[in-house]
Amino acid sequence: MPEVPLLKLENVGKEYFGNRVLAKVDFSLNRGEILGLVGENGAGKSTLMNILFGMPVISGTGGYEGNIVLDGRVVRFNSPFDALEAGIGMVHQEFSLIPGFSAAENILLNREALNGSILELVFSERLNTLDRPAMRRRAARAIQTLGVDIGVDTIASEMPVGYKQFIEIAREIDRTRTRLLVLDEPTAVLTETEARILLDALRKLADGGISIIFISHRLQEVKSLCDKIVVLRDGNVIREESARSASIRDIAAWMVGRQVDDSRPPRTGKVSDEVALSVRNLWVDMPGETVRDATFDVHRGEIFGIGGLAGQGKLGIPNGIMGLSPSGGEVALFGKKIELDTPRKALDSGMAFVSEDRRGVGLLLSERIDWNIAFTGMQVQNRFLRGIPGLGNLVRIRDDAAIAEETERYIRALEIRCTGPGQRAVELSGGNQQKICLAKAFSMRPELLLICEPTRGIDVGARELVLNTLRRYNEEYGTTILITSSELEELRSVCDRVAIVGEGKIAGILPATSPAERFGLLMMGAVGDGDEAAQREAAGNA
Amino acid sequence: MSRLNRGIGSLLMDYAVPLIFIVISAAAIPLSGFSAAYLVQELLIRVGRNSFLILSLLIPIMAGMGLNFGMVLGAMAGQIGLIFVSDWSIVGIPGIVLAMIVGTPFAVVLGVLCGEVLNRARGQEMVTSYILGFFINGVYQLLVLYFMGWLIPISNPALVLSRGYGIRNAISLTGIRMVLDRLVPLKIGTISVPVATYLVIAAFCFFIVWFRRTKLGQDMRAIGQDMPVADSAGIPVNRTRVIAIVISTVLACYGQIIFLQNMGTLNTYNSHDQAGMFSIAALLIGGASVSRAGIGNVFLGVTLFHLMFIVAPMAGKNLMGQAQIGEYFRVFVSYGIIAIALVLHAWKRFRDRMEARRSLRGPAERREGA
Repeated sequence: MPEVPLLKLENVGKEYFGNRVLAKVDFSLNRGEILGLVGENGAGKSTLMNILFGMPVISGTGGYEGNIVLDGRVVRFNSPFDALEAGIGMVHQEFSLIPGFSAAENILLNREALNGSILELVFSERLNTLDRPAMRRRAARAIQTLGVDIGVDTIASEMPVGYKQFIEIAREIDRTRTRLLVLDEPTAVLTETEARILLDALRKLADGGISIIFISHRLQEVKSLCDKIVVLRDGNVIREESARSASIRDIAAWMVGRQVDDSRPPRTGKVSDEVALSVRNLWVDMPGETVRDATFDVHRGEIFGIGGLAGQGKLGIPNGIMGLSPSGGEVALFGKKIELDTPRKALDSGMAFVSEDRRGVGLLLSERIDWNIAFTGMQVQNRFLRGIPGLGNLVRIRDDAAIAEETERYIRALEIRCTGPGQRAVELSGGNQQKICLAKAFSMRPELLLICEPTRGIDVGARELVLNTLRRYNEEYGTTILITSSELEELRSVCDRVAIVGEGKIAGILPATSPAERFGLLMMGAVGDGDEAAQREAAGNA
Repeated sequence: MSRLNRGIGSLLMDYAVPLIFIVISAAAIPLSGFSAAYLVQELLIRVGRNSFLILSLLIPIMAGMGLNFGMVLGAMAGQIGLIFVSDWSIVGIPGIVLAMIVGTPFAVVLGVLCGEVLNRARGQEMVTSYILGFFINGVYQLLVLYFMGWLIPISNPALVLSRGYGIRNAISLTGIRMVLDRLVPLKIGTISVPVATYLVIAAFCFFIVWFRRTKLGQDMRAIGQDMPVADSAGIPVNRTRVIAIVISTVLACYGQIIFLQNMGTLNTYNSHDQAGMFSIAALLIGGASVSRAGIGNVFLGVTLFHLMFIVAPMAGKNLMGQAQIGEYFRVFVSYGIIAIALVLHAWKRFRDRMEARRSLRGPAERREGA
């Protein structure tokens, strides 16, 4: 008689506002089995986990299609607490520990052992005192199951990052009902030794009968730990394979393997040998996008792409160079050193910036289109200003005619859909807002243009236009462009070279024409983790 | 090396305020020329009078809601209780207990109101509760100045303004004046000790110690340190925060009654005003911060605060020939200390964040430093 799988997903799908993010996801997981779930950012992993965990974001946007079958019974969770009740434990990417609490207090958070008292009858259980010895015993038992040695009285804020991860897992283990454990990037913050201990601990848990879904970008770990691997791409299950039979190279190819759009004409811009931007040992304190040690050169006239997974630091690089986040290291533009931490110096030196945070940093949302376009030029380059006759340049006022002319030009060139230069930026669609950001940057006539996530949140038509505009601008004026994007395909289609950022460092730089799987391998941190063939290859290309 | 320096530096920062007060008091005591017996007697009275009010601030701090400027709501509730008890001419300990019983429902209602408002103003609890204090002060004045003697019968003409309604500016609490302080008479030499008051305060301290060990106390600590995490662990965050404020408000109500039984007069329209400001200043002087305060901070703070106020006017007079300088100093110090504490809190949070992020930086920074 075949075993009933612990978890079975049948045709699970999800649409957000008409935008399909998951389609017909099918897989099953047996008791004591470890399933590795891999995929690029945006492949649908987090949506899938949100569905499984009953997150309010799912029910709040119209629920999902298909069925989740737990232990042979169809379940539909309305809140994470339902999922917990059913025995699904989740360890998130961000730590959810109370900093001033001890390991024991954190493991038993809101499930503390209590002493009975008469007050409980009069008021509520919450007036019972904590049974600290019992709490410590239970915490110690949970920690022991993991095979690590952490004192139950250690305060969370004083723990090394690795320990925090173990404490979170111990919290799930202490729930006696936990049958399925979901771990989202558990090793991302761990050192190699810690990661190995964690993997051993997970294997032990699985042998004890707990099933595990392991989400990771480190394919090496996925392959060595998991029993089977499910690859998601664009919301579809691309492959369900036994971990033993799949090679890392295959998995990487399945993850990124998309047909490249070759419709764009070949590059005509000239790239000289002269170094336009040189970055040496850059570190940037951008929350969530920390850059640890980045070194690279961009040549004059080049379109240089920076890619990598979210949170690895790719956005930190341009934000650091522009002085928007605390940073250090050496950045030089055409041999001239740029003073970091002061956006004005960066602008003065001939750089222009299009932020990934269009609505926050990029635009003055409640202002008119023309003012948005002219603002930086006015502020930094004294353009669009004229003196009052007779006073020379003592007092200068806005030159509305010049602004109007410039704005009209860009509205035509970039096909900005608006009622006119006087419309407020907030009323435009995302794509048109992005075009205004570009116009603002172009009107600075920069030598180096830094663009973050140029096509984030805009529709397909606008996206082509934005990318083609960048291409054209580069070819017409010879402007050096640095594009940071999460869309690898987009980078490969417009750039000359693409750098992949991993863990705050440049993992490798490849010509845009390299095959997708090589980029995939760089992204998944396969280089340096032992896959020698890939390492040799990447070294040969760098 | 820098780590050790940072350790000492942050230790000094944590205790900078009490240290400054100890130094100033040490200089001012000999200048004032007061005898030790006088100082001890004064301190015993004032510490006994004030401690209960200050202790009522501890629980909201534990729940991460900062300094509860809204404690004046409790003080107003206490005063309403006292006005009724005075009107009914109930004296002695029964008068005090009855005032507390009458004040409690007002305090609970005001506490729930305050808690609900603060739940809608997360992260801005302090300024919100401060302004809420002004607003409720208006309601209190409406009640006491217009409704009492008109809608609410007040039979004792000594309490009512000559126009026929509204409570007088100052009410003499002769019936309950110092009844708690003198309940258990004890004299050591020339110094009389308000034993019963201190017993009540001790009971309060035990309550706090016990409360911290309960599940509710644990939940409050969790919420105080990280609200989203507490929420995701299933702790009822909003409800718990309201409970914290209600407890604080009710205790502030009792604290104000104890305070006023010692003073012996109720300034109907002013007494509560100062309760909040001075209690918070005293707590901060004791080395507490917006996010961390213990029983030790309360007693160190209240002692230093009052020591300063006893000696400063006399020291000022002896030094400059003016007693007002001490009075000026009192107000100046109260507001100044609160301002400093708020700035320090913001600065410390900023520093902690920077520190946390520093650890994320990689080898590049080290190379740069070398």
